Amino acid sequence: MTAHFPILSVLLWLPIVGGLVVLAAGRVAPTSVRWLALLFSLVTFAVSLPLWTQFDTSTASMQFVENIPWISTFNVHYALGVDGIAMPLILLTTFMTVLVVIAGWEVIQYKLAQYMAAFLIMEGLMDGVFSATDGLLFYVLWEAMLIPMFIIIGVWGGPRRVYATIKFFLYTFLGSVFMLVAIIYMYVQSGSFDIQTFQQMPLGMTAQILIFVAFLLAFAVKVPMWPVHTWLPDAHVEAPTGGSVILAAILLKMGAYGFLRFSMPIAPDASQSLTWLIVALSLIAIIYIGFVAIVQADMKKLVAYSSVAHMGFVTLGFFLLFMIFGKTASVSGTAMGVEGGMIQMISHGFISGAMFLCVGVLYDRLHTREIKAYGGVINMMPAFAFFFVLFAMANCGLPGTSGFVGEWLVILTAMKANFWIAFGAAFTLFLGAAYSLWLVKRVLYGPVGNDHVADMKDISKREFLILGLCAIPVIVFGIWPAPLLDVMHASVMNLVHHVVQSKL
Amino acid sequence: MNFTLPAFTPAVPEMFVLGMSCFILLVDVFLNDRNRAVTWWLSLATIAATAWLTVAVAQGGGLLTFDNMFVNDRMGNVLKLFTYLTVALVFLYSRDYLAERNLFKGEFYVLGLFGMLGMMVMISAHNFLTIYLGLELLSLSLYAMIALDRDSGVASESAMKYFVLGAIASGTLLYGMSILYGATGTLDITKLGVHIAESPAASIGLIFSLGFVIVGLCFKLGAVPFHMWLPDVYEGASTPVTLYVGSAPKLAAFALFMRLLVEGLGGLHDEWRTMLIVISVLSMAIGSVVAIAQTNLKRMLAYSTISHVGFILLGILAGTAAGYQSAMFYTVTYVIMAAAGFGMIILLARKGFESDRIDDFKGLNERSPWFAAVMLAVMFGMAGVPPFVGFFAKLYVLRAVIDAGMTWLAVVAVFFSIISAYYYIRVVKIMYFDRAPEGARPVESGLDLRWVLSGNGLAILLLGVLPGPLMALCARAITF
Repeated sequence: MTAHFPILSVLLWLPIVGGLVVLAAGRVAPTSVRWLALLFSLVTFAVSLPLWTQFDTSTASMQFVENIPWISTFNVHYALGVDGIAMPLILLTTFMTVLVVIAGWEVIQYKLAQYMAAFLIMEGLMDGVFSATDGLLFYVLWEAMLIPMFIIIGVWGGPRRVYATIKFFLYTFLGSVFMLVAIIYMYVQSGSFDIQTFQQMPLGMTAQILIFVAFLLAFAVKVPMWPVHTWLPDAHVEAPTGGSVILAAILLKMGAYGFLRFSMPIAPDASQSLTWLIVALSLIAIIYIGFVAIVQADMKKLVAYSSVAHMGFVTLGFFLLFMIFGKTASVSGTAMGVEGGMIQMISHGFISGAMFLCVGVLYDRLHTREIKAYGGVINMMPAFAFFFVLFAMANCGLPGTSGFVGEWLVILTAMKANFWIAFGAAFTLFLGAAYSLWLVKRVLYGPVGNDHVADMKDISKREFLILGLCAIPVIVFGIWPAPLLDVMHASVMNLVHHVVQSKL
Repeated sequence: MNFTLPAFTPAVPEMFVLGMSCFILLVDVFLNDRNRAVTWWLSLATIAATAWLTVAVAQGGGLLTFDNMFVNDRMGNVLKLFTYLTVALVFLYSRDYLAERNLFKGEFYVLGLFGMLGMMVMISAHNFLTIYLGLELLSLSLYAMIALDRDSGVASESAMKYFVLGAIASGTLLYGMSILYGATGTLDITKLGVHIAESPAASIGLIFSLGFVIVGLCFKLGAVPFHMWLPDVYEGASTPVTLYVGSAPKLAAFALFMRLLVEGLGGLHDEWRTMLIVISVLSMAIGSVVAIAQTNLKRMLAYSTISHVGFILLGILAGTAAGYQSAMFYTVTYVIMAAAGFGMIILLARKGFESDRIDDFKGLNERSPWFAAVMLAVMFGMAGVPPFVGFFAKLYVLRAVIDAGMTWLAVVAVFFSIISAYYYIRVVKIMYFDRAPEGARPVESGLDLRWVLSGNGLAILLLGVLPGPLMALCARAITF
């Protein structure tokens, strides 16, 4: 199979071309913009499906690879490929973009073509980030993504959008540039930007620590981990619904993906020795941010903080590996934490995306996100209430939803490592329930809060469609996570075997 | 003693420009204002023909002529071609602007061509005297161009300021050169290099002269602490002149660094590296921080120039072939971006309205989405955000610096590039997030300006997506 269909390139470029077409259409035929954007996002999603169906789950090596020289002076390659870790994330991206396009259908009136184009271009860049196997290509796409996101929050955001978007940009830029220095350093050492080469090259402990810290700055901001999470609530609150969905569902996952692709395999010894730091930060995120989420008066802020707490689970699951290996000196059982973290990533993508869509539905009706402005919504919007309760339950990890699988695997792994870590992590079960259910109680139940609520109409067919589409994977993966685990298992095992080998 | 005629071929482009400039000056006298366009066309034709001549006489290796005073080599030719391109951009952008302000005179173009000749001589100089000759020809043309708008108080003031400070800097450079001559007995760059390489240790006299030379060079490039003239001149001069001052001379200044420091005083690399580290870090720091406080876009771009100069110096001080190549790539791409940036100001300016405050760009996205996107490319390009070419320029320089074992300096550099990102994205914020003031009109200007500016903006993106060819060109231009 030498000249196979360049599926990853299509996923990278088709949405970008689509974005440009939409921009051009915005001038000549404004009415077609929505349908064009939908068409491009659907076609992209359709193109991405063979990634799943034709994926070879028995191997950990990169699949669907493409590789052509890009910048010969620097030995940079336009190299794409996916393994079991990246592939589900690409599907998540193409799926969520379809939802975002539908979600912005009637809501966005100002500069609609630019809005749709920004999301399509984002989609292409995000697909590229997950499929790049060349360090510089990864970095270029990673940074380029900032531009459309900066515009999305700044143009279609809320009242404090300028503050939020500049904060978002500078925080992320701050983290990323140090990663660039680390990438160049490794290039100078190895003569190649290939990520595989980075992973194999021997590095001394000092170099590993510095590289790990540089990557940590980039990924911790993106995940985000406490204490560099403060941009996230601002960005989420001010972003338009679509922006929040992409931010929570995809962008946050990139930080976690970076840990698996860069930090851990490139600097395994530094990861080992700094595990305490990541575990501590993760636990702070889970517990402290969980408490912070409870007291929020703004729905979007609440969901944003709950995202930080859930992402804490992801990083915790990843780094428990080193603790268990240090304790038992065997790799058996270590993979479970990583897989738990991965499942948590995918599931959180759907759930948080859906939560933001729900908040968006409410916001479109009352134009406020204050929890106390609502109350008794279930009387007016029973269909909406069904979905809202479902996603809130999934958010706090109810068995039978996808939120449960990841949390359960991570807590189980934590128990192997250390009882107190498991104890801390398990706090989320109670905190998650507290903030999610209390939110549901205040918004949905009780007497009808005021006249505005009394005038609310139940969700339209379009809104039913997007929430329904989110609900399907949440329930399917909650009941039957095996396919997801199968896809990632070989890659995760390969990763685990790699990172427990010292590079010193 | 026989007198042999020197080989003229390597210097044909220079001679052609000289002849044509004089010719245009003469022709212009016989034109009335209605036919002034003839001067414009002739100037552009001259540049095009010079480019053709440069390519035609180009040789692979270095060709020395005029008793080794003049060199025609690959680096020089590449730099010259980009100089032509930039000067042509200045002429193309400025026509409507000058015509609206009754400044559409032949002098602007003749001075522009003479300035270009000065740059060509600087780029091709192989002797300190030739360098000085080219430098003064360029500087005098620039002083006159800035003062061309003689009814404007600020323009005259900034011309005066530039003239006085520039004269001091030229004097310093000349003084350094004279000490060098005293210490080594030669003004020929190659002989000087050999002399320094053979001498066992750097003498006090040499280091002393090096200090003066660096002061002179850094003044011309606008590096801290010799940057004071730059913001005032950028702001005071009319925008087409700012465009001229802020773009092409950087290429010549880069050549100056290469000829003087690298080819001539390369043996003193350890000494000048330390000096340049200080100057480079200071330039990045002052340029990044002070730009934040600016409300005038031209002033902001002036400070941004200063911080870019810091980056160019980083590449030079790395002291490797890759370092010089990266500095060259950086200079070329910076000039392309700067041209587009000032071009945007010219585009938005109308009669009686300069459009040089940052607030004048408010809501540009509503007035013209396309040109807002062009400015977005310029701003993110200068900030070093991929996929625009500015990122690869920074990458190239950082690679060279890390390769030279100075990772800490790379960290300092990226730190300041975060700070500078703030003021670039602020411009994007003004264009995209703020609404246009009431009654703002759509952008209107001549078609030629629109097309060329669009091409310039696209170049920033395309060179970012495919930087390979330009990098290879720079790599081939500088080989040791």
